[in-house]
Amino acid sequence: MDAPLINIKEISYEYEQTRALENISLKVEEGDFLAILGPNGSGKSTLLKVMLGLIKPTKGQIELFGVDSKNFKHREWIGYVSQKSNSFNSGFPATVEEVVAGGLAKKAGLFHRLPKNYKQHVKDALVSVGMEAFSGRSVNELSGGQQQRVFIARALVAKPKVLILDEPTVGIDHQNVQSFYNMLASLNRDQNITLVLVTHDVDTVTDRITHVACLNQTIHFHGFKEQLHTMSDAQREAWYGHSVRKIHHIGGSHSHV
Amino acid sequence: MFEAIFTYEFLQNAFAAGLIIGVIAPLLGVFIVVRRLSLIADALSHVTLAGIAGSLFLSQSVAAFALLNPLFLGIAASVGGSILIERLRSLYKHYEELAIPIIMSAGIGFGAIFISLAQGFSNDLFGYLFGSVSAVSREDLLIVGAIAIVVLAFIFLFFKELFVLSFDDEYAKASGLPAKWIHFLFMIVTALVIAGSMRIVGILLVSSLMTIPVAAAMRVAKSFKQTILLSIFFGEFSVITGLVTAFYFNLAPGGTIVVTSIFLLLLVIGFKKISVSMKKGAVA
Repeated sequence: MDAPLINIKEISYEYEQTRALENISLKVEEGDFLAILGPNGSGKSTLLKVMLGLIKPTKGQIELFGVDSKNFKHREWIGYVSQKSNSFNSGFPATVEEVVAGGLAKKAGLFHRLPKNYKQHVKDALVSVGMEAFSGRSVNELSGGQQQRVFIARALVAKPKVLILDEPTVGIDHQNVQSFYNMLASLNRDQNITLVLVTHDVDTVTDRITHVACLNQTIHFHGFKEQLHTMSDAQREAWYGHSVRKIHHIGGSHSHV
Repeated sequence: MFEAIFTYEFLQNAFAAGLIIGVIAPLLGVFIVVRRLSLIADALSHVTLAGIAGSLFLSQSVAAFALLNPLFLGIAASVGGSILIERLRSLYKHYEELAIPIIMSAGIGFGAIFISLAQGFSNDLFGYLFGSVSAVSREDLLIVGAIAIVVLAFIFLFFKELFVLSFDDEYAKASGLPAKWIHFLFMIVTALVIAGSMRIVGILLVSSLMTIPVAAAMRVAKSFKQTILLSIFFGEFSVITGLVTAFYFNLAPGGTIVVTSIFLLLLVIGFKKISVSMKKGAVA
């Protein structure tokens, strides 16, 4: 059996004497569409940053594609889309094509130019997120939803095997959130891209995902979304810190919180 | 002036150094502006002042320094300042901007001490502060040329990484680019450009040549590459116009170059406003 694409082994992380993550173990297998859910301050974004190597855990180990993350050389296999408001330099004078081409920088390697056919790669990535018509437009002229699609195209252009997204719908209006998640589901289904997502859009995302991890400093549940209803009320309360209502869909096999 | 360029070596030096700086200062300036590091350029120019003043002072008391081009100590101070800024930024993670006033004040402080300790270089100092058409030696020109080679090689080799880092530094780190090292090299190269440019533009005005042409270009450019090309065009236009004006009217070139670039910026802002309102009018 192939190694999990991401294997987190007993990770803990402390920041300024505050325990942000405690003894987390989590596996992400090929083809998963995993949503990491939890209240504000539960350590969701921190967990993603640990996965990406942006912060070092205080304890524990991470394996990426079966290799210890310290020795992992193929960062281009892991695409990342951050919260728009946190990261992207707004006002930057660049076209959509230039921004997406930036996603090939790591794959091309230091001291190497982008491949000659990079424009075709950029076009293909933009097609997969429905933004091919915006290639020559300035990235500042786009709406929040369109910008996030461009950032997904930037992550996709290097043909990653895993895409990690940190609350990608922040700043996107409610109407466009649905089509945004449909696009993610199609990437997972049609291009077999494994997705790991931190989100607050629990109701919207539940229909598209395959797996759920319930996080609040530690993992309270991890498994198929259909098994979420097996969480006891006490576990739910421990996870969210207060009573959480469980809604069963009529005729459905899964539950929402 | 063009006839004079073929006659006088000092004018050839000034003009050649100006043309080189007109390319490298705005080229690096594009990355400085989009990375919101404009004030760091100002801080480094003041540290360069301390190095230059220190060298001029030492040249009066230590024989070895009498033969040394003050630019070398200026470069050393600027590079040292850039390293110190980075150390302070990592020390005050939540108040990174604190590094700028600290280093800037340190530069001015040391500069003031060296200037008051040493007497009799007020003419030299004026040239270093506001630039000079007549003070650029062949050695200065060679130093500027060497700095230009370093800058162009750095931008050519790391262009795609610098672009990603400037647009989204968290993404750059997450995708495994050596963001820390590239930023460190970027700061060193910035320090070199500042020290190299100040012979023509002057210490007090050097950061303006890195920022004003870029500010103008950003108003009209449609892409990042266009921003770079327009910034260089505006930078060169300012340097050439500024040098010619400075020569004919016996003015400090730093002043004429910066005032030209300010006029260019105002023209571009006006042009952009008119074109936007014309477009709106056409739509209505």
